Amino acid sequence: MSKLNGIKLHHNKNTRDCETADFPLPRSVVIPMSQHMGAPCKCIVKKGDTVAVGQKIGDTDAFMSAPVHSSVSGTVTDIEQFLLANGAVCEAAVIETDGLQTVCPDITVPEITDKQSLIAAVRESGLTGLGGAGFPTHIKLNFDAVKTPIDTLVINAAECEPYITSDYRELMESSSDIIEGILLVQKYCGIPLCKVCIEDNKPDAIKLMQQKTADIKSIDIVTLPSSYPQGAEKVIIFSATNRIVAEGELPANQGVMVMNVSTVASIYRYTQNGMPLVERRITIDGNAVTKNAGNYFVPIGTRVSELLAYCGAEGAKKVLYGGPMMGICLYDTDQPVVKNNNAILAFKEGKLPETTACIRCGRCVRTCPLNLMPVLIESAYNAEDIEDLKRLKVTLCMNCGCCSYACPAHRPLAEINQLAKAMIPRK
Amino acid sequence: MKGLFVSPSPHRSSNASTARIMLMVIISLVPAAAAGCVFFGPRAALVLAMCIACCIIFEALCRIVMKREQTVGDLSAVVTGLLLGMNLPATVPFYIPVIGSFVAIVVIKQLFGGIGQNFANPAIAARIVLMLSFTGQMSGWVKPYWYTSVVDAETSATPLAASWLNYTENGAAYKMAPFTLSEMFFGETGGCIGETCAAALIVGGLFLIFTKIISPATPLAFIGSFALLTLLYTGSAVETVYGVLAGGLLIGAFFMATDYATTPLTMWGKIIFGIGCGLITFIIRSFGSYPEGVSFSILLMNLLTPYIDRLTKTLPLGAKKPVKGGNA
Ligand code: SF4
Ligand code: SF4
Repeated sequence: MSKLNGIKLHHNKNTRDCETADFPLPRSVVIPMSQHMGAPCKCIVKKGDTVAVGQKIGDTDAFMSAPVHSSVSGTVTDIEQFLLANGAVCEAAVIETDGLQTVCPDITVPEITDKQSLIAAVRESGLTGLGGAGFPTHIKLNFDAVKTPIDTLVINAAECEPYITSDYRELMESSSDIIEGILLVQKYCGIPLCKVCIEDNKPDAIKLMQQKTADIKSIDIVTLPSSYPQGAEKVIIFSATNRIVAEGELPANQGVMVMNVSTVASIYRYTQNGMPLVERRITIDGNAVTKNAGNYFVPIGTRVSELLAYCGAEGAKKVLYGGPMMGICLYDTDQPVVKNNNAILAFKEGKLPETTACIRCGRCVRTCPLNLMPVLIESAYNAEDIEDLKRLKVTLCMNCGCCSYACPAHRPLAEINQLAKAMIPRK
Repeated sequence: MKGLFVSPSPHRSSNASTARIMLMVIISLVPAAAAGCVFFGPRAALVLAMCIACCIIFEALCRIVMKREQTVGDLSAVVTGLLLGMNLPATVPFYIPVIGSFVAIVVIKQLFGGIGQNFANPAIAARIVLMLSFTGQMSGWVKPYWYTSVVDAETSATPLAASWLNYTENGAAYKMAPFTLSEMFFGETGGCIGETCAAALIVGGLFLIFTKIISPATPLAFIGSFALLTLLYTGSAVETVYGVLAGGLLIGAFFMATDYATTPLTMWGKIIFGIGCGLITFIIRSFGSYPEGVSFSILLMNLLTPYIDRLTKTLPLGAKKPVKGGNA
């Protein structure tokens, strides 16, 4: 087996040639204290405080967490309980901007001398994975070099979701930052080889990266076929290294670390200017966008409604954080842009076709990259047969959505898999 | 802005739909059905039309009576009707299509819960019920173009009834077959309306394979295993080709052994299913008292499908122990 199952999608990379522009500074931002997997931060500013760009406004002692910084200069007008798009409630700081964007005086360029100082610096930068799940980056770097030595750093630049081009723009606009970031991680974490994985629908980026790394032996540019979900962690590891991350294992068990391309570039930038993660590149697109579709540097905490207004997408029926395959629906556009958002997509139509009866065509089985059998998982779920769900390994499902996409009966298989996972009692 | 539409991911779906798949199957069956109408005349067309109409009506009525959502639009009843009609001789009395459609749609399909839930292929099951209950009416074979002849309908043997049984008793008897290989290939032989024209069936089958509606695994395993066994048994390549072209083998292998609901899900399952069909067909044709074994072989394998499914689950990537057992 050399290739995992998957599906071919329309790429819709309409914004690929849109150079990243600065998004106009919003009048106010709302910055949630929980923006990623892991423990939420505690807000360390209070109502009425004046804050500056890059100032830390939330932190925690929990290891599995990254601090939160202000993306604007201005005044904290409120600390509110905020309902996140994923349904969780957390604290959020509402900050009214003063338009000056005064930089916080505490900002200093970190001094990096070894792995521990790199990890400490990355934690201070508040960096989380910029590609999707938003795993705090310093935790990834803090692997145990004795128990799970890592020999390959896989840089995920597959960007297999339709519409999104923010990683592509990173490749085109900041290739030097990416390469410097890779060399930095390789040097301090002792990872001999790096594979930068780019889908073949981005030939310009592949060429550019090949040119720039021609003299660097430790960095390989790998061209992967454009197939969804090429950028999923297990899939890209398999495609790049032929290794299989088994059930219950982390990529480190296979000697691999996967990092998103924008994340690795951000590490380098932080080591140069000491500015924490306060803005990020976002693709705004979708068929409800009537003007200004493109890529923008958006301050974290900018409300999505501002993005939609700027792009003439007020008529949208469905607005997504992220791509059409794995993105999360916003129920309220007052939700802010957070660290792991790589795109805001606005669509005119919301509903998918009606669900009909399963015809046992097997398409869901044939498209699942992990060889799961969603059709059987659905019956086991309906029968509440937990033993069978375990046997069918539903816990492996990564919710990539290939099965639901391919199903001619339009059954919500990926969703059922998540519900089925929840049915299995945790040990 | 509120009032947005919220749904779980993914937010895209392919343009595949049940109706579209069924439409492709219908298209793939048209050449063979048309050939049947040319060979067996207007009456064949009438039988086909009746089967389709009855299947649609029974499906619609069932859904109304059972107070379930209407499913005639998914075109699966049309496929069943067409297949059933293609498996009948053109001479059947007109109550046969009605009874057959009733068995297929009401008894086999809807009483078991509708599309995807039936344990046996409706058209096959109906054909078998009809063969067992109306043996005489179901064996009214006529020669191709009989309808153009001024004389009364001349009865004819099907290639199987004529040649197959012969050579099982007399190994070299294929020369006695009343049809040439080319007649067999283009379908100018006696038989059911839709099963005689091998050329049209192969074209339709390849169409389904290339459009990825069906997997080539089942027909290859079915035809391949049957051909191999026949070759070993008779030692004659010509016999083997006759055997493959004769009777319902091609229509069965391409169109009925590939029915989604009643055949295994995975590639290995399909291969096992196909080999099972080939084996049973060979045994019935060679040693059984019925000249035709395709329908029985598919029905038997339909019954085994849940077990095959259980044995041939896929192995999830990185799963710690192989997936065994469980309710398929
Ligand atoms: S793809 Fe849909 S219709 Fe086909 S087997 Fe899977 S669940 Fe059933
Ligand atoms: S959502 Fe889960 S079951 Fe469906 S294709 Fe993706 S990994 Fe497989």
